This record gives sequence, structure tokens and C-alpha cells, in this order.
Amino acid sequence: MQASSRAAETLFIAATLGLLVFGCHRGPADAEPPTGRVVLIGGRLAPASGVEDGEWRKVAKDDANTRFSGLATITPGNVATLRVAWTFKTGIARGHEAAPLVVGSTMYVVTPFPNRVHAFDLKAPNGTPKWTYEAHPEARAQGVACCDVVNRGAAYDDGRVFFNTLDDHTIALDAATGRELWNTKLGEVARGETMTMAPLVVKGRVLVGNSGGELGVRGWLTALDARTGEIAWRAYSTGPDADVLIGAAFKPYYAGDRGVDLGVHSWPPERWKIGGGTVWGFVSYDPELDLLYYGTANPGPWNNEQRVGDNKWTSGIFARRPADGSAVWFYQWSPHDLYDYDGVNESVLADADTPNGPRKLLFHADRNGYLYVLDRANGQVLSATQFGHVTTSRGVDLTTGRLNYVAEKQPHVGQTVHDICPGSPGAKDWQPMAFSPKTALLYIPHNNLCQDEEGMQANYIAGTPFVGEAIKMRPGPGGNRGVFSAWDPLGAREVWHIDEDLPVWSGALVTGSNLVFYGTMDGTFKAVDAKTGALLWHAELDSGVVGQPITYRGPDGKQYVAVFSGVGGWAGAVVPAKLDVTDPTAALGFVNAMRDLPQRTRAGGTLYVFTLP
Amino acid sequence: MRAPSLLLLALLSAAGCRRERRSFSEPSPLQARVERAEPLPSGEPLSHFLDNAWAVSEGARLFGWYNCAGCHSLGGGGGMGPPLRDGAWRYGGAPADVHRSIVEGRPNGMPAFGPRIPDYQTWQLVAYVLSLSGRLRLDVEPGRPEAIAIGKPPVMVSKKLPSAEPLPEAP
Ligand code: HEC
Repeated sequence: MQASSRAAETLFIAATLGLLVFGCHRGPADAEPPTGRVVLIGGRLAPASGVEDGEWRKVAKDDANTRFSGLATITPGNVATLRVAWTFKTGIARGHEAAPLVVGSTMYVVTPFPNRVHAFDLKAPNGTPKWTYEAHPEARAQGVACCDVVNRGAAYDDGRVFFNTLDDHTIALDAATGRELWNTKLGEVARGETMTMAPLVVKGRVLVGNSGGELGVRGWLTALDARTGEIAWRAYSTGPDADVLIGAAFKPYYAGDRGVDLGVHSWPPERWKIGGGTVWGFVSYDPELDLLYYGTANPGPWNNEQRVGDNKWTSGIFARRPADGSAVWFYQWSPHDLYDYDGVNESVLADADTPNGPRKLLFHADRNGYLYVLDRANGQVLSATQFGHVTTSRGVDLTTGRLNYVAEKQPHVGQTVHDICPGSPGAKDWQPMAFSPKTALLYIPHNNLCQDEEGMQANYIAGTPFVGEAIKMRPGPGGNRGVFSAWDPLGAREVWHIDEDLPVWSGALVTGSNLVFYGTMDGTFKAVDAKTGALLWHAELDSGVVGQPITYRGPDGKQYVAVFSGVGGWAGAVVPAKLDVTDPTAALGFVNAMRDLPQRTRAGGTLYVFTLP
Repeated sequence: MRAPSLLLLALLSAAGCRRERRSFSEPSPLQARVERAEPLPSGEPLSHFLDNAWAVSEGARLFGWYNCAGCHSLGGGGGMGPPLRDGAWRYGGAPADVHRSIVEGRPNGMPAFGPRIPDYQTWQLVAYVLSLSGRLRLDVEPGRPEAIAIGKPPVMVSKKLPSAEPLPEAP
């Protein structure tokens, strides 16, 4: 039984796309949308994907990053009977943030450090292991991983499995045997570099980026030849245009992004060399426009007074050509970021038919608290609407594209600033949202956290933290630390939301039968109704869920749902790393908001696979 | 405050330059430490540091200056590195063990600071680290104020980067 993702329903959304410009100042709680809202009369929103294959070949299911599967055997009517089919213990206590992949009749998972890859034969009963690969990363890499020693998943292409190790290797394995085909070292642990992101393979190029924005690491995205592991190109996020691969093709939409070597001149002298802008989120790809999209992380150090200027090209988004990496456009979500608002959150690609013709869109829920709709052909911001509680800015100026910061909330050395919302993990961190073409809604796991902070001088010593802010986080308004919401991106409004006590640090999954899956940090895995948010099923897992749920059709024709449990990540490291909850600044201030977590769940990684009886 | 920070800076840059010019015959950072090993200023007992409130407060300042706080957190509650205030030790909580952790590093990501930190400062750091878990006499321990930045170091202004040279790996 399968449904087609082409079955996109026609949507009648009141508004014209030309007027998407609005609502920047509005909080989600406002009942009446402001005038001038998006009208898309008879308009329709559909993702770029084709017929449902029942597999899950990429962490986000497709290049558009939808996390939508057309599978519909598990329905709102029968999900209450969903039960565990099999489980697998990884034997690793740290945060399990990866998405499993399913290709043909094999499932692949990559674990947190020490980055083992397990393949399971789905034709055999109960997840029979097929092979295991040991990456043996350098032990010292653990000391420079800012936010637990996580890994966000592998990539599959043409008989090969690709993944990154914490000590900066990209490795290709033979998907059938687990044999290593190539192994390329891309960065230096001694300089604080790690790799945690899931690669994306586009046209025979494996796209990978680095982590380490808390250690003055200079960010890059690198393309490797999928056959040989040779570096095809590397695009830095800071420095001269030649390093950033900015050339004649670069046509940013906003004037502020045009100029020569802005990646040098928007920094104090030499600071771009240790300026961050790492690339640790998900990459999207539009085959028609032939453009890659990915975000760049925060500038370093967090102490903004040590890096006067816009700090390009950090906390923004690049569109590039996969062939040579050349930049086509860039937009900066948070110019001169003040709060560690990394710009790496995933971009979901969708097309809209409008009365004025078709428009290619990109949806992005940023750490800074705004849900952006961009024209992904040229980087124009069509709307930017607050989807969480925001005190640090008042909207986005759609003529200049700039975020309007609130001056009183700017952190300074030796002065405590209170009620900074969202806090550093943002209204949403890495935890990826899902998009359903059937409901035309985004399903967003997010945080509701605020913080008090005080700036301090940050010293650069290579391979050690370069931060310079003392932070204490706490729950945002309402006291709930997390939210799971359904969002209408064209109407720029929230449709429903669920308050969660803990930050929702897991990814989201949506299916063709209008079921949405996500997990909580105390170990509850939930299925809710995509249209109403009504809770339809839940299971208590061994440990908190910070992984990315997926669904697939097994060789037996049944639909399965799989997810890692294993609490950790920046929000959950307090549990496996046994951080001391009496220090409010532990884990860069996150521990202050998570003091109760060690009582509510325990560490340990388990892969869960569910199906109907 | 200014003078010691400049001195530190000078020491750090000196260390950086030496490493850049090093030849194959030069001693490794560890050997270098043995050569200059003077655990304590002449004739002074360990208690000079551990019973000394000033040493503890200097240690607190250095804990920020050398970026220990970035990994272990300002109050020692941990983050990228393990907590240092919970009384649990992976490598021992005796003063000599803590000294060794700082100088030689530890394999799972504790960098070897040996050649970068003058030995008297390493002992001041030891004193501060031990104070975090209440291992020193109460009267020499720093208060635990409710301010955000527990044990935060005073502001030090430097235009130059203290060190662009990575710290050596732990053995
Ligand atoms: C880059 C991050 C990082 C920095 C900077 C750092 N540490 Fe560590 N530290 C670690 C890690 C990770 C460990 C655990 C190592 C292991 O288990 O092998 C550790 C271990 C230790 C230990 C041993 C703890 C035990 O349980 O036995 C002490 C003591 C210590 N560090 C003190 C310091 C001091 C003092 C500084 C500053 C001079 C410092 N550290 C700087 C990451 C760091």
C-alpha cells in the first residue's frame, strides 16, 4: 500500500504571493493576521519529489529536505496499535542525533563518537546485522566537540555509504560489504575542527562541512568526488572572495551583500581567520535551478564587541553551483550576530503556483526566531515572521533584508543583559522540521528558552574555546521549554501547537496519511494528527529522543517507523556527560535550563523500529 | 592587572615563536617541561598555593585566561570537558594528579598546557580546581556568588592573539 506524494491537494490560501511582504513584527500568539497577508488564490504548493519509493535514502528523505514520505499504511485510525518490531543497542551513551537510512532491503545507521556504521538486513528477522564498520576516530576529538560528540547521519549514493567522523574524516564505504573505499582527512582537531553533519551527494559530489564555531574555527563546505574522495572544491565562509568562491556569477539580492572581499572587510583586521561560519546543518538541492542551499553558523567569538562589522559570510545562507561551488547568492539572517544565532538550520524547498505564475520558494526557521520564505532563485526575502518568543529584534526590513536588532538587548563586556529571547540555541536549533505537500504545513520542533548573559574578553588559543560570554538559560514565557507546531508558510501563521515541557530536540517526520512523528528529551516518542495536532499514539523509550525519525516500507511490504533514542546533544549533554547542575553556566549555560533532565531520563543509545501488529 | 596580562602575553607569544622555529632535535613539549621543571618556587611548600586565598583567586583568573572555563565551564560544571566541581576524578584528585592533567593533558581531549603555562601558575590553577569541589580549607575558598560568571576572570584587553599555535596533543 502506498500513496503518491504527487497527490498534493489544491490549497486555497487567501493572499497574493507578490504581497508576501508583511507580518515581520507579529508573534505567533496574535489572533488576527495583519493586513497585506499572502494571497495565493487557487495556488498550490508541492514539493519537487516524485513517486513514493518506500525507501529513505537521504537523511531528510529528499533533496528538498521535506522529511515527507507518501507511505500511508499506518494511519490516524490504526496508529494506536503501533508497537516495537525490533531494537538495537549501540552501546554508546552519548547523544544519538542521526537519521537511519533505508536503501533497498538494508538499513544503515551511524553512531555518535566513535562513529560506528551498522548495516542491518531487513529481509532477515529483527534487524539482523549485516556488517559493522569501525572508524576509530582520534580520542582527543571529543574535547573540542562543542555540543556533545554527535553525528547527524550518513548519505547513500550509487552503492556507497558516506559519513563524517568527529576527527574530520569523510569516509566512503561499499554499501554491500562495509569495506572502506576511501578516507579523506579534511580538518584539524588541534585547531578545534570537528565534523558532525550528514553529507548530501549531488551529481557525484559529496558535500560536507565542518563544526567548531565555538573554537574560532573558520567554516567551509567541501565537495569531494564520490568515486575517489578527492577534493573538488572548498568554499570558505569568511575571507577573500577567492576563498569564498565568489566570482562573476555572484548576484546577491540585497545591496549590503555586494562588494569586493566583504568576507575580509566586514571584520576587524585578520579576525576572519578565526571567525567561525562553520557548516554543520543540512544541505538542500534544487535540480532545476541547479543550486545547493546551506546555512553558515555563528561568527566567533560570541562576544560581539571583539568583531565589529557584519562578519560576512556568517549566520546566513549561500546558494551555490554544485559543479564548481561558485556562489550565486547569499543572504544574512543575522548580520553581526549577537547571540550565537547560527544560520545553519535546514531549508525546505517547495514550489507555489500563484496568479502571477509559479514561484520557487525556500522555507527556513532560523535560530533568531523568524520563519523566512525566500525566493530561492534570487535570495529575496518574501516574508519573515516570528514563530517563537523574540525580544532581541523587531522584524526584518524587507527593502534592505536586515534584521532590526533591539539595542537594549545587545550584550556588552562586564554588563548583564536580561531576558534575551530566544536564547543562544534559538527558537529552533538543528532539529529539522518536516513539510507535507498534502497539508501544505511545516511541522517545527522548537525551543522556548531565554537567557541572561554577560560579555567577557575571549582569548584565542588554537584548539580551545573562543566564546567570551557567560550565559544562564531558562524557560521562556509560559514555563514550557519546548514547542511543536504546525505552520502555514504562505499564510505566515501558526495552525496549531503543542507545548512541551522540554526543548523538542528531535527531528520531525510527516507521512502521506497525515501522521506526524517526533520525540521528547525525556523519552516519549509521539504520533500526532497532522491537521489538528491531536496526540494519537506514544511510546516510552529507554532514553530521551534527539534523533530524526524516518519511515520506510520493509521487504515484507509493511510500513515501519524508525528512530534513535539516546539523550544528548547540547541540550541533553547534562545526562551522558554527567555535568554538574549546580553550575548554571555549564554547557555554555544550557544546564541552567535542564537541571531536572538527569532525573527524567538516562543515557544510552537504542535504535527503535516500530510497525503495526 | 595590566602588567601581569602583558607578561602572560609575552610568555605565550614567546612560546609560540619557539615552536615555529623548532627543529627536529628540539625537545618535545614534554621533555621541555622536564628541563624547566621547578614545581614550586624555591623552597616553598605546596601549601603555599593550596592554603592561599590569593593563589586560588589567581587560579580563578587564569582558569578564564587560558580558556579552561570554555571547556569546563566558568563554575567548573563542565561542557566540552568533564565537570571539575563534582568531586569525581577520572585521573585522580590529588594536587599532583591535577597538576599532571594540566601539564601533560589527558587522552580524551584535555590539551597539554605544559610549555604554555609557567609552573607557579599551574599550581595556582590546581588550587582553584581543587577549591571547586570544596577540597581546600574553607577560608581560602572563593565565595560562590549568584553572579552569572562564577569565577570569571577580570577583563583583559589584548589586540594580539595569545596563540595561533595549537596546543600539543596529550600522550
Ligand atoms: C579543549 C577543551 C579543554 C580545555 C581548553 C581544557 N580542558 Fe581540561 N579536560 C578536557 C577534557 C575533554 C578532559 C577529559 C580528558 C579525558 O577524560 O581523558 C579534561 C580533563 C581535565 C582534568 C582531569 C579531570 C579528572 O576527572 O581527572 C583536569 C584537572 C582539567 N581538565 C583541568 C583543566 C584546566 C586547569 C584547564 C586550563 C588550563 C583545562 N582543563 C583546559 C577539556 C579541556
